Amino acid sequence: MNYPQLFRDGLWDNNVAMGQMLALCPLLAVTTSATNGLGMGIASLAVLILTNTLISAVRGVISPQVRIPVLIVMIATAVTLTDMAINAWMHDLYKVLGLFIALIVTNCAIFGRAESFASKQPVIPALADAIAMGLGFTWVLVAVGAMREVLGSGTLFANASLLLGPGFAWLETTIFNTSPDILIAILPPGAFMALGFLIVIKRLIDQRLHSREETGLVQLQH
Amino acid sequence: MIHLGSVLNHDHPVYQAMLLALSCAIVSLALIGGYLATNDRIIELELQDQLNTLGQVLPADQYDNNPLEEQYLLEDERLLQPAQLLLARRAGDISAMAWQLRVAGWGGPMELLVAIDPGGTILGVRVVRHKETPGLADKIEIAKSDWITVFDGKSLTNTPTRAWAVKKDDGDFDQFTGATITPRAVVKAVHTALELQQAWLASHKNGPQQETQP
Repeated sequence: MNYPQLFRDGLWDNNVAMGQMLALCPLLAVTTSATNGLGMGIASLAVLILTNTLISAVRGVISPQVRIPVLIVMIATAVTLTDMAINAWMHDLYKVLGLFIALIVTNCAIFGRAESFASKQPVIPALADAIAMGLGFTWVLVAVGAMREVLGSGTLFANASLLLGPGFAWLETTIFNTSPDILIAILPPGAFMALGFLIVIKRLIDQRLHSREETGLVQLQH
Repeated sequence: MIHLGSVLNHDHPVYQAMLLALSCAIVSLALIGGYLATNDRIIELELQDQLNTLGQVLPADQYDNNPLEEQYLLEDERLLQPAQLLLARRAGDISAMAWQLRVAGWGGPMELLVAIDPGGTILGVRVVRHKETPGLADKIEIAKSDWITVFDGKSLTNTPTRAWAVKKDDGDFDQFTGATITPRAVVKAVHTALELQQAWLASHKNGPQQETQP
């Protein structure tokens, strides 16, 4: 298993949100601030690790014809159990994340990874894939959240200490003292625009890298 | 006759039916286990949350009873479900009344806690539970903004009925940028609590002791 490529795929090349264009529902819905994005990212990462590992472990007994209902009940159960466990044992975190955990059921990236990777690969690569894809999703969520928060409210990582504990209060920054109040950034259209800009930037960088590789090849042939 | 060997073949319909049934049975067991393991704790923590919120609007030195023990339910058409009235007493006399209301917000039902002294002045208001838009309308939470404290000290006497609205509707209370419906619902709910209290006190002039608890 080519682990560096696995992480390259998860974080950039085949990123859940920017490459595969999956999980856009939770992405667009919760990224009104960088902290919310981070919360959703952490919750998705945890569920993805759980489902990928579990599904990879039982992949030998799942028959391909009925794999979809089986995977769906497994994912729904994993999300529900995570929800109950965080509520019972990390109650303060639940008060912040509670809303997001239930939303993970709508995250097709979880099912996508289960279907295209975990159900065909051994446990360790499936776990690595979950970490790579989860981290890749998390950074896009934080980036979209940060863009919208800075433009809409003039802050960055506001209320981060509610999510991560008081030790992370230093993350909370005010970028503009008089908030720019570009309200549309926080409203739903802002989510589409921020994601659109991010995808454009990614495509431009990819194009630049690609053309550099091609000129490199041409020089080699000469 | 079904052959045991062929049933274990993954392509056999009986294997697939058994796989589906077994997965449903296993996840049901897992969910039952998870529920049993967490439910008591979750109920206890939510009760604790309720007491903590009550503590934010009712200072502990204001009462010496357990307000959660003396509850009344009052119907009102402006509410999604009957209002819950908790009585805080000190040395037997009512020192404060806490109203728990459920009203319609923008994103779904909202639960508010309004503490009012027996004279009709608001001691404090908190939003206990809501589904409003994060980043826009969640400024009704005390953790995000101190907006909710504007109600402290307000009463039906010092704020006339027409002022119980957001500024956009010519009232006294600020709305938020991009969110008017949420603060409008909160203002209306607090006003409802004051009116309910007035009506309740008027009908319980001789003290609530005679009333049977629901």
